[in-house]
Amino acid sequence: MALLRLRESQITKIHYLTGILSLFAVAIHIIFRLIMPFGQSLSYENVVANYQNIFYVILLESILVLISIHGFNGLRIILIELKQSHRWESTITILVLIAMVGVIAYGTRTIVIASGL
Amino acid sequence: MSNEDNKKVILKVYRTNYNKDDSPHYDKFEVPVKRWTTVLDALLHVKSYSDSSVGIRYSCRMASCGSCGMKINGRPSLACYTKISELKDDVVVCEPLPNFPRIRDLVSDFSQFFSHHKNMKPFIQNDKVSLDIDDKHDLVEFEQTHEDVDKYLQFSYCIRCGLCYSACPTVATDPKFPGPQALSQAYRYEADSRDDSKKTRFNIIDERHGIWRCHFAGSCSVVCPKGVDPALGIQLLKGHMLGLSKNNKKLSNLRTKNKE
Ligand code: SF4
Ligand code: FES
Repeated sequence: MALLRLRESQITKIHYLTGILSLFAVAIHIIFRLIMPFGQSLSYENVVANYQNIFYVILLESILVLISIHGFNGLRIILIELKQSHRWESTITILVLIAMVGVIAYGTRTIVIASGL
Repeated sequence: MSNEDNKKVILKVYRTNYNKDDSPHYDKFEVPVKRWTTVLDALLHVKSYSDSSVGIRYSCRMASCGSCGMKINGRPSLACYTKISELKDDVVVCEPLPNFPRIRDLVSDFSQFFSHHKNMKPFIQNDKVSLDIDDKHDLVEFEQTHEDVDKYLQFSYCIRCGLCYSACPTVATDPKFPGPQALSQAYRYEADSRDDSKKTRFNIIDERHGIWRCHFAGSCSVVCPKGVDPALGIQLLKGHMLGLSKNNKKLSNLRTKNKE
């Protein structure tokens, strides 16, 4: 699997990049909550309206993808430090990849259903 | 005689022999100290007058050989470079270095630490020069400017005492991690204009348990007795590997006898 053969420096580049980009994406997401009173911004109509806005949908999807990649790689790093065996490292990498794809797929499904795309 | 000349401290020394199933304990010794007495002096006093069986490793007594590393009052330090008067405590606790397998009392096993160092191929490698010196009768030296030397000089002061390795939180959980000493030596050769084996060394450290497992705690640089600042070397190396910073290294030329 090509993903398993990535060098650590390449993974680190992805890790740093997704970290920085998700900071911006989350900042925009928070600004959306602040342009009107917080409670009002989370009212049912407003949330549904947000999901109908294609730019907001793209933003949510990017946050989901960026944070999943960054977070799950962070989890992989923590776990591979725990045990020093090639088998453990590869198993952890595969399991974390599956979990990441699962979370992204489930989150995307929610976004697609809510936005009625 | 001033009060200072009569001062005594309690030396608490960690004792055990792993080959004999000894249960670890601390032995206490009262030792007379002067303003200039180092922890190593105090331990040698104990060996001469109280208990000759205390296990310590030392050689140069002047912070050059890197043999006498131990944990002194909770901090990895060189015993010959730590004055008791500077500890400002009447009890001095000596324990073996953390992150190293222990052998006996204050002596720890450096084999793993040295093998990480060896893995970095800590010598000049250059395709222009064969390692077989017999082939190169006309070889004299590489030409380097002062600026070229400044790039790596600080990192070449390392005496391989292992203090940084014992202070590193990543080494504590991951023995495959090369540690600050080995990684800073990788940078030392990467920055050296006589060396052109960047790729080989990058491949060695660009591993799952390699340089990227450094979380920049910085404790290595805090304890280094020679001002090497291994954490700086690691961050510079990371920058080079990610292509964020350039070394702009121009390989030195060989000055040969024929040219003289
Ligand atoms: S970098 Fe400093 S602390 Fe580490 S082994 Fe070298 S001299 Fe000792
Ligand atoms: S005895 Fe050589 S460094 Fe301390």
